[in-house]
Amino acid sequence: MIEVKGLVKNYGSKRAVDNVSFTVNRGDILGFLGPNGAGKSTTMKMLTGFLRPTAGTALVNGHDVTRDPVAVKRQLGYLPESAPAYGEMTVAEFLAFIAETRGYRARSEKLARVNRALDLTQLQSVRTQTIETLSKGYKQRVGFAQALLHDPAVLVLDEPTDGLDPNQKNEVRTLIKKMAAEKAVVLSTHILEEVEALCTRVIIISQGKVVADETPEALHARQPGARLDSIFRSLTQSDR
Amino acid sequence: MSQITPVFKREFLGYFRSPVAYVFLVVFLVASVGLAFFVGQFFRANQASLESYFVFHPWLFLFLIPAVGMRLWSEEKRSGTIELLFTLPLTTLEAVLGKFLAAWTFLALAILLSFPMAITVGYLGQPDWGVIASGYLGSILMAGAYLGVCSLTSALTKNQVVSFVLSVLACLVLVFLGWSVFNSALSAVLPVWAVDLVANFSFVTHFDSFTKGIIDPKDVAFFLSLTGFTLFLNVVALER
Ligand SMILES: Nc1ncnc2c1ncn2[C@@H]1O[C@H](COP(=O)(O)OP(=O)(O)OP(=O)(O)O)[C@@H](O)[C@H]1O
Ligand SMILES: [Mg+2]
Repeated sequence: MIEVKGLVKNYGSKRAVDNVSFTVNRGDILGFLGPNGAGKSTTMKMLTGFLRPTAGTALVNGHDVTRDPVAVKRQLGYLPESAPAYGEMTVAEFLAFIAETRGYRARSEKLARVNRALDLTQLQSVRTQTIETLSKGYKQRVGFAQALLHDPAVLVLDEPTDGLDPNQKNEVRTLIKKMAAEKAVVLSTHILEEVEALCTRVIIISQGKVVADETPEALHARQPGARLDSIFRSLTQSDR
Repeated sequence: MSQITPVFKREFLGYFRSPVAYVFLVVFLVASVGLAFFVGQFFRANQASLESYFVFHPWLFLFLIPAVGMRLWSEEKRSGTIELLFTLPLTTLEAVLGKFLAAWTFLALAILLSFPMAITVGYLGQPDWGVIASGYLGSILMAGAYLGVCSLTSALTKNQVVSFVLSVLACLVLVFLGWSVFNSALSAVLPVWAVDLVANFSFVTHFDSFTKGIIDPKDVAFFLSLTGFTLFLNVVALER
């Protein structure tokens, strides 16, 4: 469903993402790991058509993101890092705007979509509150609701559980798991347990390069008995 | 192009979700009417016309339109919502047009709110309504061209102050080119045709005839093509 082919991104003379390739199939939950500044967000921004790649491309459901970005964006739900949203709007107004741009123009249809997204992310209690007055975790959930609204075939989530309380983290993980059967999901995280609990595959990226692409079990098998964080450290530290 | 509608709606209603819109409308009205009364000697002129109201518009717009235009793209960049907007299924052109048209409609509203002045003039004397209508048309067209410039400069930076200063400077050049004081100074050193050519790129030159009730297709074309050109550059700047 997602096919990333040799993505490269240069910022000036600095190479933030260096020839990253991977595929994600329906039913997969791909965990994107890597130290700060490794290039996770940059890769996601190119995959979702926000940034133009220096080289390479990505296909989503057969649509090429460099040739037909709008077709890709239709298929995709994206939660950007730190969940930006229009702060002066209420939660319901904001989601109604998203619904309209996603093509749900009829009033009843729009309302149904917004309500479904509010229910899934447990936001009904703050639907009339302006987004700028929400706590960080609630803002994060608004971002998640926005990504889910059109029930997309592909979900790209940049640190979806960042800022959530332990209960909500669990809630979001359960939700992602439940939806994953008929979707392809890519998520980035710094929580290694999350990868074990959730992901069917792990990619570790360091200084823009993929250093591991395998199942969580295979990752464990690299150093039997070791904790995941020490494996992570040994994979990403070599190039300091 | 149907994607313009939700963008337009969100942007336009956005003005009224914060006090900014009301502050702006009041400032605009007080400044424009105040200039007409105290500097333009609206009553002493003893004419049943709005010329003393319109004549200040090129100067007034110099500061008030950058105040509206500066946040158009800078704010999206600063808050990160630009990433959200450009991963929704719409093209850059649709986003640029939606936001521009919303701001233009808002400015047109500010200009038309002075209509009680026209009614007063109609009550006190026998104005030429055609001249008044052409003044409003010229003023709204000129506002569009100003806004095009400001929208472009705000796409270049995420800092609203920088955006404001750039806008004022760019507009200042476009006003000065046709200012009679500047032109007579210029005619001392340049031949007449060269001075005319320079003046031809000015807001003032093209706006003057509207205030006298002359709707010259050349003037309409000037404002519309300047608007179109700046919006084109705006799209290019955002896709860069
Ligand atoms: N606009 C930019 N201009 C210059 N360099 C940038 C820009 N955006 C990102 N970078 C650089 O690209 C590299 C990758 O950044 P990216 O945000 O993708 O990292 P990340 O893996 O998401 O990190 P984190 O875990 O902190 O979110 C970093 O070194 C960053 O400084
Ligand atoms: Mg990141």
